[in-house]
Amino acid sequence: MWTLLQIELFKISKRPRTYIAFAAVAAIVFIFQFAFKADGQSYMDLMLQSVKDTFTFDRVQAINGYFMCYIILNTLLIQVPILIALIAADSISGEANMGTLRLLISKPISRTQLILVKFAAATIFTIFLLLWMAITALFMSLLIFGTGDMLVFRSKGDESQILLITKDDIMWRYLAAFAYATVALTVIAALSLLLSIFAENSIGPIIATVCIVIVCTIISNINVPIIDKNVKPFLFTSYLVGWKGFFYIGTDADGKTIRGSLENWPAIRKSLLILIAHIFILVMAAVVVFKKKDILS
Amino acid sequence: MIRLKKIATLVVLILISFACVQAQDVNALIAKVKFNIDKVNDYEATARMITNVSFLKVPDADVKVYFKKPNQLKIKNEKGISFVPKGAVSINLNNILSGGKYTAIDAGTDKIGNTTVRIVKLLPEDDNADVVLSTVYIDEAALVIRRAKTTTRTNGSYQLEMNYGKYSAFGLPDKIVFTFDTKDYKLPKGVTFDFDDGTQNNRSAADKAKSKNGKAEITFSSYVVNKGVAEDVFK
Repeated sequence: MWTLLQIELFKISKRPRTYIAFAAVAAIVFIFQFAFKADGQSYMDLMLQSVKDTFTFDRVQAINGYFMCYIILNTLLIQVPILIALIAADSISGEANMGTLRLLISKPISRTQLILVKFAAATIFTIFLLLWMAITALFMSLLIFGTGDMLVFRSKGDESQILLITKDDIMWRYLAAFAYATVALTVIAALSLLLSIFAENSIGPIIATVCIVIVCTIISNINVPIIDKNVKPFLFTSYLVGWKGFFYIGTDADGKTIRGSLENWPAIRKSLLILIAHIFILVMAAVVVFKKKDILS
Repeated sequence: MIRLKKIATLVVLILISFACVQAQDVNALIAKVKFNIDKVNDYEATARMITNVSFLKVPDADVKVYFKKPNQLKIKNEKGISFVPKGAVSINLNNILSGGKYTAIDAGTDKIGNTTVRIVKLLPEDDNADVVLSTVYIDEAALVIRRAKTTTRTNGSYQLEMNYGKYSAFGLPDKIVFTFDTKDYKLPKGVTFDFDDGTQNNRSAADKAKSKNGKAEITFSSYVVNKGVAEDVFK
């Protein structure tokens, strides 16, 4: 099994498209960092335009490495599923396309093992991509912009809030957020893997995955009560942004933030469990479908 | 009839002179308060600021407050970010009593806690001044301002409540509660995809009305008075 996993990882590392994802992440992060270094205050002014007449605060200090990473993740974690699909959707369909799938299953390994190894390889790729994001978006931003207290701008129902997290209370939140994002993006990997079983080349499952993610994300963000109640809870995309829950700091009755607290841990835990359930169901479905598949290529 | 007119004239004259005397009393009282405040050319104070605004979720902040005559004031969080209400510059009482360019009107007395205070309304002489009206509640015994209410043209109204301790001789409070008008904070549409954790704001209409007011409590732990403050601090 371990040898098989090493082979799969070797194959992933030899594909040029693997590095497209890393290059895309680096490019987006760099553009964000450059833009905010050049004129981050305009962004801050935009976010605070409705209270700029009431309050003053140090805008320069507010644009720090922690804030930058949050802004970048806010954007990137919506696009990253596409990059995950590039690799994971190629798992089985790529083999079918190259004509190596039949050869592969003729080896003394079970189909279940093969699918699980493919899934494990896609998950490891996801972890590496998120590590790369952590290095570029978090640690590079900390180097460029320095540390400081972090501002989180948030919509809650029909109201907006500004949360301030002190700098000594942030790093664990990022660790937790990246761990959550790993689980969330693994759902995409599992979905891509399942779809790749049905295709003879990787374009179809990549496009299908991307379409599913886009459609579900759009539905997840439509603020219509009937959809909120009846549709959103069943879409995995509603839980992809759950990593943000680690930055919604708990407050006391006076609105004072409580260091080390989360506003709604049960909601994050529930989201996490739903995502894990998605992974389990999608991988099991992939195993079942692949075991029954008549492989002709 | 002539006699009646004379009596009426006399009464009016007495009332006018009484009012003048009272105005003089009030001006003298303000002058005494200002004398204390004027002893301070600059200060650097260490304080703790508690901000209570409905849309701001922030921790208590350790801040430094810098003041330099005539009206430079800066509140700085040395260790992080703090949202400082713009009207907080009025915690410098010089701002309220500056230049004596106002008409003082005696509005009687009141009680703040157990302390009897004289209420004085200050009407700016400049028609274009941002401040429309200031009302100060002066503790005549201690010669300090206990409360100040200010109405401005552009920044709404704000109120200061002050408690004094060992720096009262300088007119410097130990604690200030600053209440001010705020607007609702609105995020620009479409800039965030937020995590819907299922919780909603179930604020009542009364709570929402309350949210139009913000409060900042500044508790001073120490002052360094008249030892000089660098100009750079205020930039």
